[in-house]
Amino acid sequence: MYPDNFRYTKEHEWVLVEGDIGTVGITDHAQEELGDIVYVDLPKAGAHLEQGKSLGSVESVKAVSDVYSPVSGEVTEINPLLASQPEALNTDPHGNAWLVKIRLSAPAEASGLMSAADYQAYIGAEK
Amino acid sequence: MPAVPSLRATPLNSLHRAFGAKMVDFGGWDMPVQYSGIIDEHNTVRHAVGVFDVSHMGEIEIRGPEAAKLTDHVTTNAVGKLKIGQIHYSGLLYPHGGFVDDILVHKVADDHFFLCVNASNQEKDCEHIRAHNRFDAEVHFTSDDHAQIAIQGPHARATLQKLTSVDLAGIKYYWFADGEVCGTPARIAHTGYTGEDGFEIYVPPAEAVRLWSEVMRAGEEFGIKPCGLGARNTLRLEAKMALYGHEIDASISPLEADLGWIVKLDKGDFLGRDALLKQKETGLSRKLVGFEMRGRGIGRDGYEVFLDGAPAGWVTSGSPSPTLNKNIGLCYLPTAQAQIGRNIQIMIRNQPVDAITVETPFYKRAK
Repeated sequence: MYPDNFRYTKEHEWVLVEGDIGTVGITDHAQEELGDIVYVDLPKAGAHLEQGKSLGSVESVKAVSDVYSPVSGEVTEINPLLASQPEALNTDPHGNAWLVKIRLSAPAEASGLMSAADYQAYIGAEK
Repeated sequence: MPAVPSLRATPLNSLHRAFGAKMVDFGGWDMPVQYSGIIDEHNTVRHAVGVFDVSHMGEIEIRGPEAAKLTDHVTTNAVGKLKIGQIHYSGLLYPHGGFVDDILVHKVADDHFFLCVNASNQEKDCEHIRAHNRFDAEVHFTSDDHAQIAIQGPHARATLQKLTSVDLAGIKYYWFADGEVCGTPARIAHTGYTGEDGFEIYVPPAEAVRLWSEVMRAGEEFGIKPCGLGARNTLRLEAKMALYGHEIDASISPLEADLGWIVKLDKGDFLGRDALLKQKETGLSRKLVGFEMRGRGIGRDGYEVFLDGAPAGWVTSGSPSPTLNKNIGLCYLPTAQAQIGRNIQIMIRNQPVDAITVETPFYKRAK
């Protein structure tokens, strides 16, 4: 369920680092908690993000939830799928429904995040 | 996972947990917010049949020679017009005209009225009625004697009919019958909070789990699904049914809430009547109206409403409408500005987003 090559945050985001690019999304646990997702608000390409600061928001039928950036850097790409199919976040949060790609300004940050095993223990404990 | 100990639980609590419902704290109650998903459950009720645990709702019974007098005194609707077996929607008001609660009044007998009240208001309601009981009547708090299951949707009647010998087609809308469901005594009411056809049954708590399972089995051929409070909210909002704490509360009168139809000023004196008469004379300062979002976003509960750049009101409920595929809501606006078709702005996360006032209800079922 939770890929071993991702790193995870306590706010339920994930990042996959490949070279100097980090692909960011929300976890399956996050989409499960939110329920039916109807809107995704993302920054524009070129925006600078800081680790732990707001990246955008995800809105479900019942609530709005902030998404925090797991890493710092410049947004190089936003996922065009989510404007037309926000519900993809409910079905494929770790794959096709990634949110943004970020050119990392501090690549070491990701190693401070949780591993898949740690994250699963964390959400187990959170329940 | 067991229920959180500080929260109150219905007799169906462990069943919800066993079947994977997502549970939330709803006004101090540990309740299922969703099973398969709010949109899926919503559509199931609109097109097939859904079942809800509404056992958290409270029951108060007024009995005795002057039961009708007391009931009439504490509620806004005309109890004298109710026939035995009939139900009406009504308001319990403070003397200043604000809502203690909104309730359903069932006339069981000339000397017996059965009130269904909101979960988080039930103790307050009972105290309020008792405090105003200067009649030869008794007020019994009987919530613990009742579980309540709502079966709602176009196939609700066919589902429930399999489980009872009571002729459901013979129970008109907002009437009830006392009978048996699966051999258990049940009060079968032709009511609901979804804008769809359906029934709400009041049953002994010890039988709730068995009856829920029987209802699920009876509805299987229609694609019945268990539904949570999330879908109950989107369904009631489309039908523009008020929710206490949102459209109505102690500071809001039924006239402001567009519920003038439950207020019978000519029935004689009742709690809140003078305040409502005064409001009628001087005119209402604000009014509840429906809106649809024009811009991108959802105007949610508590968001500010702006008219021509200035704050003018607030959203009481707002949500995507699964049936209409639009974002809808209800808000209070100054009466003079509350006409249909007016452009308004809703402050969504510090950004004004365009919306327009519209006719309500947003959804009305075909009869």
